[in-house]
Order: sequence, then structure tokens, then C-alpha cells
Amino acid sequence: MVVLALCLSAFSTVLFADIRSERQTELLYLLDHDCGSCHGMTRKGGLGSPLLPSLLAERSDDALASIILDGIPGTPMPPWRPLINVEETRWLVRILRNKEEKP
Amino acid sequence: MAGPDSTQQGGKTMIFLRIIALCAAVGACASVEYKGSGDLGVIIERAVGSVLIVNTTTRSKIARVEGLGDLSHASAVYSRDEHYVYVFGRDGGLSKIDILAGKLVNRVVQGDNAIGGAVSQDGRLIAVSNYTPGGVRVFDAETLKMVADIPAVYGTEGKASKTVGLVDAPGRRFVFTLYDGGEIWLADLNDPAKPVITKYKDIGSLPYDALITPGGHYYIAGLFGEDGMALLDLWKPEAGVTRILGDYGKGSEKLPVYKMPHLEGWAVVDGKAFVPAVGRNEVLIIDTATWKQAGSIPVHGQPIFVAARPDGRHIWVNFALPNNDVIQIIDVATNSVVKELTPGKGVLHMEFTPRGEEVWVSVRDIDRVLVYDTADFHVVKELPADKPSGIFFTSRAHRIGL
Repeated sequence: MVVLALCLSAFSTVLFADIRSERQTELLYLLDHDCGSCHGMTRKGGLGSPLLPSLLAERSDDALASIILDGIPGTPMPPWRPLINVEETRWLVRILRNKEEKP
Repeated sequence: MAGPDSTQQGGKTMIFLRIIALCAAVGACASVEYKGSGDLGVIIERAVGSVLIVNTTTRSKIARVEGLGDLSHASAVYSRDEHYVYVFGRDGGLSKIDILAGKLVNRVVQGDNAIGGAVSQDGRLIAVSNYTPGGVRVFDAETLKMVADIPAVYGTEGKASKTVGLVDAPGRRFVFTLYDGGEIWLADLNDPAKPVITKYKDIGSLPYDALITPGGHYYIAGLFGEDGMALLDLWKPEAGVTRILGDYGKGSEKLPVYKMPHLEGWAVVDGKAFVPAVGRNEVLIIDTATWKQAGSIPVHGQPIFVAARPDGRHIWVNFALPNNDVIQIIDVATNSVVKELTPGKGVLHMEFTPRGEEVWVSVRDIDRVLVYDTADFHVVKELPADKPSGIFFTSRAHRIGL
């Protein structure tokens, strides 16, 4: 129950301890290069929206995670669920918000 | 007799001095060397904002030019004398590089967010396609001074659309597509002070890229928001845009698209076009007489580039995530995959040497460019490069649409 509560409230760094630093490096590489091919390597946007922290502030963590995991139907934003799990997605959201130390 | 001797001495000295002056004027006598540029090219290093200038005969790097800004989605076009390359950066930077001297000679930041460019048929104009501000800006190729600004304003609210699929067309024209607006614009730049724009509306939902067929007859935009493609016949522009391949893809579940296919450099061989399918692990075969699908070839992943070797016999295909470590080669004689290569993760681009005996392949994640022999598929050379992406050889200088 405690664990569940923790999961729901989420975003304690403790939760991300399970993501190996090797995987974190992979995820950051994916963010820079593969997300970057639409959103720009500096995240200022391209065919996809800019992903700067100031612009993401209006959306909740859950909303951002759901966009990453399931995409936005009718647009080129694909669902990343086959390649990134829920925990990794939440870690990426923190990276996007500049709330996470990079490995 | 001192007189005549000294006169003669003076004459010799004068000739000697003239030779020295001549040498100074042309550089150094001993090292005067004329260089061609037909076997040169550039490789974009996307993460560090530089380009490598390479020689495809010696298969070597000859210079690196730095300070080109954000090249995370960069492309390049050549001056018709193959002396200069114009590099278009994501950050709106337009850089002019002297490839013989290996030097950046001019650079302007013409917009906030750009997606590529084109050079006019006569080589005198450079056009850049912008996401922000949406539209196309046209520059004098010599000076990089802006000669025309074409905001891609659509609809009734005065919004400017992101523009994609910008190409040059015969007749000093450029063609481009409005991503948000769903329109194709044909811009006649015969008088750059007064561009004449013909707009084709309602061409379909979310056109993400476009191409012009070799020779410049047809302009075709790929649609992301619906099935089919939009075709403009530039021999009959008054006939308007027609939809082709409308039935394609209906009724079956598509795969997630982790990278949009590139349409530029579409492989057109013997009346058939070979096209990357969107959201499917297939290369489509299209009959260019009817623009109907004539078949499909199952491949390893979702194709990104479908590039014909210059002789047309083979087609090299690379793929989107998570299959971007593989290249497959299709034999056009049998429409089947005859070879699979695994250069490494992040195969981003392939560029054939002008007559196609070799192909250069950028492999981002191993920081290498591999040069393959296209007859027996062995690697003839590996060159180190920092996160290499686009490769552009000077032979593009003389091809419409590249």
C-alpha cells in the first residue's frame, strides 16, 4: 500500500533508482537524437512542438507522460510505449523539466 | 664598357622582378595547382555544428568547417560551379562554404527555425524553408542578401504555416508545401522583387514532405494526416492538384512512426517509383504512368530513404527506430531484397558517388561513415565523423530538385 501510494504520488528520485545509469544514458541519447529529429536537439521545436521547461509548465506530469507513452493521434507524435516503460517516461519528464540530474 | 653592361643587367633585373611580381599575383609559382571539385562532398556533423569536406576519389577528409550552429536537421545545396556549398541549419542559419578553400565565407541567420532549402535553376537564388516564422525566404546566392520574403499565411486568421518540401523547379520557380495549411505553393521568382505565387488549397491533411521527380515534371507531397499523396503536374499546373494512391493503407492498423520518411531523392526507375510506406514495413512500387500502386516489397522496418543507385538496378533502403541499424538492398529486376547489411545503430543517410560504384553511409551512433563497394557490398573505407547525418556530394549541383 505504501509502495502504491509512493507510485501514485511519484517523482521521488528514489523511484528512479531502478533505471540503470547505462539505460539513463540511452534514454538521454534517444531524447537528444530521436526526439530531437522532430523537436530539435536544443528542444526549441521543429515539426514537433518546442519542449522547453517554460512551455511544459502548463501541463501536468501525468499529461506529459501520457503523451510520450501513447502519442497524439492525428499528429506525427508516435506512442513510445513499445520502446520506453512508464518509469523511464516519468524520469524523462523530469529531465525535460530540468528537475533531474543527468548521469 | 660599363654602360651597355649595366643596361643589360638592369633589363635582366627587371625581368626577374616581373617574374616575382607575377608569382606573387597567382600565389606561388612552384605550387600553382588547379583543383576540380567534382569528386568532393560534405558530411554534416549534426551534434557539433560542423561539416567535413571529403574527397570521394581518395576517400578522405580534407577539411572540417566549424561554427555552423544547430545542424540537428541540416541539408545542403551546391552552386552550379561546385565551388560553394550552402548549408541550411535547424536554427535558421544559412552558411556559404568555399569547399576548395575549406572555409566558411558567409553566414546569415535568416529565421528562427528552418527545415532546408533549394537553389534556383540558374544558381542565382537560394531559398530557405522556415518553420518559424512560417514561409520561404529567398537570397542572392552571391551575397546572401534577402531578395524575397514569402510568409506562408493561410486561412482567415493570418497564421503562417510551417513550410516543408521546398524544391527548385524549371523556369526559376520554387515549389513548397504548407504543413499546417495543407496547401502547395508554386512561386515564380523570375522577378524576385515581385514573386508570383500560385496557391493550391485543400491538398490533404498534414503534408510532411514532398519531392520533385527527376527532370522536374511532377511535384508530390506526402500526407501524414490521411492516406494518399498530393500530385501537381508542373507541365499542367492549371489542372491543379490531384490525389494519388488514395486507397493505400485503408483498413489496416499502422505501426507507430518514429521517424518521418524522407521523400527527397525518390527512386524512379523504368517508369516505376519506389516509395517509403508510412507506418508500414514496406517499400511501395508505383506505376508513374497511372500513379497507381503496382506492388509492394516487404522490408526489415519502416523505410526512411529509398535511394536508387545511379544506374537504377539496385535500391538501398534504411529504416526508422528501432530498426535503424540495418540497410537492405532491393534488386529492381526481381523486386526482392538481395542483401542486408548491418553497419551499426543510427544509419541516417546514404549518398552514392556520382556514377554509383560506391556509396557513403553515415552511422550516427558509432561516429563513423562507411564507404561500401556497391557491386560486392564490402566496406572499402571507414572514416571517423562526429554524429554524422546528411552526406551531400557535388554531383547534386546539376540535378533539379536536389
